[in-house]
Amino acid sequence: MTGRRVDVGGAWIDRSRPIGFTFEGRELTGFEGDTLASALLANGVDVVCRSPILGRPRGIVSAGVEESSAFVQLSEPWFEPIVAVTMVNLVDGLVATGRPGVGVLPIDPLPTKPTVHRHAHVEFLVVGSGEGWHPTVGEAVQRGDRVLLVEREPRFAAASPDGVTVLTNATALGLYDDGYAVVDERGPERDTLWHVRAGRVILATGAHERPIAFADDDRPGVMLAGAVARYIRDFGVLPGQRAVIFTTNDSTREVAQTLTDAGAEIPFVADVRLGWAVAGTEGETHVEVVHLVGPQGERRAVEADLVAVSGGCNPAAQLFRAIGGGLRYDEPLATYVPDESGPDWLEVVGAAAGIGLPPCAAYWYTPAEDLSTHFVDLQRDQTVQDVLDAVGRGLRSVEHVKRATYIGTAIDQGRTSGVLTAEIVNAALGWELGAQGPTNARPPYVPVPFSVLAGMDRGPTLLDPKRTTPIHAAHVERGAVFENVGQWLRPRYFPEFEEDMESAVARECLALRTAAGVLDASTLGKIEVVGPDAAVFLDRMYTNRMSNLAVGSIRYGFMLGLDGMVFDDGVAMRLADDRYLVTTTTGGAAAVLDRFEEWLQTEWPELRVFCTSVTEQWAVVAVGGPGARDIVASLGTDVDLAAEALPWMTWRAGTVAGVPCRVCRVSFHGELSYELHVSSWHGRHVWDAVVAAGAVPYGTEAMHVLRAEKGYVIVGQETDGTVTPDDLGMGWIVNPAKGDFVGKRSLVRTDPLRMDRKQLVALLPHDPAALVVEGAQLVGSADLPKPPVPMLGHVTSSYRSTILGRTFALAMLKDGRAMHGGTVWAASNGATIACEVASAVVYDAEDRRRDG
Amino acid sequence: MLLVRCPWCGTRDEIEFRYGGQAGLTYPVDPEELSDEEWADYLFMRDNPKGPFRERWFHTAGCRRWFNAIRDTATHRFVATYRLDEEPPT
Amino acid sequence: MTADVRARSPLADRVAELATIGGELVPFLAQVDLRVDPAYAGLAPYPLPLEPDTAVDDGRRAALWLGPDEWLILGPPGGGAEIVGELEGAFASIDRSVVDVSANRVAIELNGPGRFDLLAHLCPLDLDPRVWTARRCAQTLLGRAQVILQERTDATGILVRPSFTDYLVDLLLAVHGAVGGVGA
Repeated sequence: MTGRRVDVGGAWIDRSRPIGFTFEGRELTGFEGDTLASALLANGVDVVCRSPILGRPRGIVSAGVEESSAFVQLSEPWFEPIVAVTMVNLVDGLVATGRPGVGVLPIDPLPTKPTVHRHAHVEFLVVGSGEGWHPTVGEAVQRGDRVLLVEREPRFAAASPDGVTVLTNATALGLYDDGYAVVDERGPERDTLWHVRAGRVILATGAHERPIAFADDDRPGVMLAGAVARYIRDFGVLPGQRAVIFTTNDSTREVAQTLTDAGAEIPFVADVRLGWAVAGTEGETHVEVVHLVGPQGERRAVEADLVAVSGGCNPAAQLFRAIGGGLRYDEPLATYVPDESGPDWLEVVGAAAGIGLPPCAAYWYTPAEDLSTHFVDLQRDQTVQDVLDAVGRGLRSVEHVKRATYIGTAIDQGRTSGVLTAEIVNAALGWELGAQGPTNARPPYVPVPFSVLAGMDRGPTLLDPKRTTPIHAAHVERGAVFENVGQWLRPRYFPEFEEDMESAVARECLALRTAAGVLDASTLGKIEVVGPDAAVFLDRMYTNRMSNLAVGSIRYGFMLGLDGMVFDDGVAMRLADDRYLVTTTTGGAAAVLDRFEEWLQTEWPELRVFCTSVTEQWAVVAVGGPGARDIVASLGTDVDLAAEALPWMTWRAGTVAGVPCRVCRVSFHGELSYELHVSSWHGRHVWDAVVAAGAVPYGTEAMHVLRAEKGYVIVGQETDGTVTPDDLGMGWIVNPAKGDFVGKRSLVRTDPLRMDRKQLVALLPHDPAALVVEGAQLVGSADLPKPPVPMLGHVTSSYRSTILGRTFALAMLKDGRAMHGGTVWAASNGATIACEVASAVVYDAEDRRRDG
Repeated sequence: MLLVRCPWCGTRDEIEFRYGGQAGLTYPVDPEELSDEEWADYLFMRDNPKGPFRERWFHTAGCRRWFNAIRDTATHRFVATYRLDEEPPT
Repeated sequence: MTADVRARSPLADRVAELATIGGELVPFLAQVDLRVDPAYAGLAPYPLPLEPDTAVDDGRRAALWLGPDEWLILGPPGGGAEIVGELEGAFASIDRSVVDVSANRVAIELNGPGRFDLLAHLCPLDLDPRVWTARRCAQTLLGRAQVILQERTDATGILVRPSFTDYLVDLLLAVHGAVGGVGA
């Protein structure tokens, strides 16, 4: 006979509310309040799954998180790849099948329960509803402290105390620095992952019973004694009709009473303190006979369908250990209890601290000739023999035995196997009890799905915020194809009439070079630098001199790292004697502002200058091309746009399209260009006006081609943190007459002065239609020799130039400037493309076009 | 997730801050005077003690101030945080 | 202030969605960033808070502490130039930086007693009324967006960069949708 529902007990179930569920295709019934485990036992199910390696039939061993045997996959009403049956609260329509070993994920993604994350700040966090925290919490509530209690089970052990917030079905997954706890609250509709910051944490997590190993101790019907009592008391389920009790301590007296009260018989109690032990079990798929051995070696066999085992109690100290707390062996209790270590904000109370646990004989397994079915870790199919074999091979540390046998690495995290294994190893080495304790514990306390950890941080909009400019809606309306530039979403190109990217980019480039184009450049970083020492400060941060920039003028500059490598570029506009607007690359804005503050606060606090971010205060509409002046003029403006009045690299304030505007003569493509800086509130208005006036919108792809044709570098494309200004052929940007600036000293270290450094060049493929691959390595011959192949450099950008009617690339090539006119080969995908090495400026080298 | 005590804003989660490495490294008065070895020492060489370490931290998502700290590199715990113009506590 | 027909406020097209979570857009709120040595704070035409993470709000001007030498001054929509003028005047002989940043952040007001529960899902700060009182403000995070929060007794003000507004509203809606009821 196996398990069945009985009339006694059942404190947790509601017998008036039946629940239907399916197990292995069989439709069964349980009650509200059942776990899947109690419902299976009530239905007489003994075999839940097969063991992962040996395929042996396995049943339910425990009533809680320490379950090491009975695992299922759930498919309704939600999917869970593998979970212990004791950890599933029964719900209507649950569908479960036995799952040995490892869970499997479905090919197609399945919907998951939504999860939200929530922060909570409390003075006290109590984990678990075991004994021992009442006085402390009582005082705290009196003081008005916030107290949160989290309990893994659906019910709280006692009446909810006043003034305390209680969460049930809430598992503390881990404790971290400074009282930070992560708690997974599982609900029927959604989960909540709590991030709790607690002043003090009290662990009242109780203790877990551990088994004793004997032959065929994994047969369904062998269970932890405390679990047997719990199934009767809380779920009204009698796991067996005739029970043999195998014990090392007095806790089983109460178990025996509970069994008898429920109508079970107890044909034998094997108490190791009296010399008796269970030697093994017999039965087809379930215990039918229990073999016993006595103090003089006498043998006895008893008919039984249940073995209730109590090897002792281990304090549930995993959360304590994972944050650095240690254990010490307690001889009377024959177990490990928390020692005095651990953080000062953490206290362990009750059974988790070893208080109130029964004194216990130290007994780990029934001795026998054949130890090959004395299972120690059921989930890993590892036996006492496996442990002894590991020691026999020379392993001494339990941590090594763990890695060799995998004991303790499964879902139950060694709750029932850890102490057993450690003491078997100690004994095998001739070491004393407690010489080494169970292997370390790590969070999470129980398995947690990634979807819970992700919470709302998932999906196209919430996982990684995509920043957009005030003109974004216009780009969407226009059908732009977007790309990610750092955190920003920028139009890559604007396809018309189902153009592909190549055609769109060709059209956009041609429009810019022959008529007029417009680019949304609002993402550029912008910083206002204000104060009497603004000029001095910028001189120290940039390679060029900014202090002699006239008000109304603009200068392009580089910022280097202290190591002399190019860090960022941008332009500085002088607004007044003591005021500059500095631009940075889109991706570098935050880093540049942070570095400004770092130098000002930590090195030069005496400088009288302040920095303020204005990146999103201003929208930038960049109008370029031979027709740019006419376009801007047609918007209506009081700014004199003539080349003499507004020369290249100057700016004027005025009104454009009816709104205040700074008109800047800056060009990133070599054509006549007016960057219109307006309040971002006016960005959309000005963009619409410029487009209506006939400028062709172009995106980042065309922008890349146009600037490359002029040999203008993009920090992060041609540079990678190892490139100096001279490498780029831009030694002119370092002002030699200036005082010290960040990176100056590094430019004269031996490495930046090496002769064979990679230098910026253009590559013109011999075949003007051949497109070199970005990132391709440059080699010295058409045929690749055997590795190692000498690598001369790499391709940083590669494009088709509409205006030149041919392909070209930019590259960093060893001693590149001396190689002009020579040939190198770009190698990728097993082929090489021959290229002529040329100066990096392939178009309008004399800058004749920039004034229109 | 450490709790970091910004000297202005009080205690905040570690995620609001950026670690700034070793404290007390003053930019040399005249870098031109240093040999390449001395300059490389300033650029690249850092102490790496097991135990209390003088560090700089930046409250990037808060008040955006740099401040100093003494923190134990073995236990991760902060011993003290103090403003740039304050003396380290004894 | 005469309506500026060429001006568009971010989030103007998501006002209805904001309302479902008890949120309101405050378009074109005037915002000016002031940086000056705190020793001279007394020269300001209105009180500047010296205690970190606090604000002084008289209904017409609010001064938010952003750093030991930095304040954000808030005023009625369109009033940026006026605030710049009065601060430049007050600190005329002192080293300072006064920058109109009115378009640099968008202002959202969250109303209703349920707003703290909603914010607790996104913000690592302790927003319990015992510490988050009506004079409090703070630079912090809502999800992955850097924001400035200002508590105003019956509403909480959120200042966020325009480029993050869609993300923030999407996040507020998603959390609200999952947990329900704000403003009840």
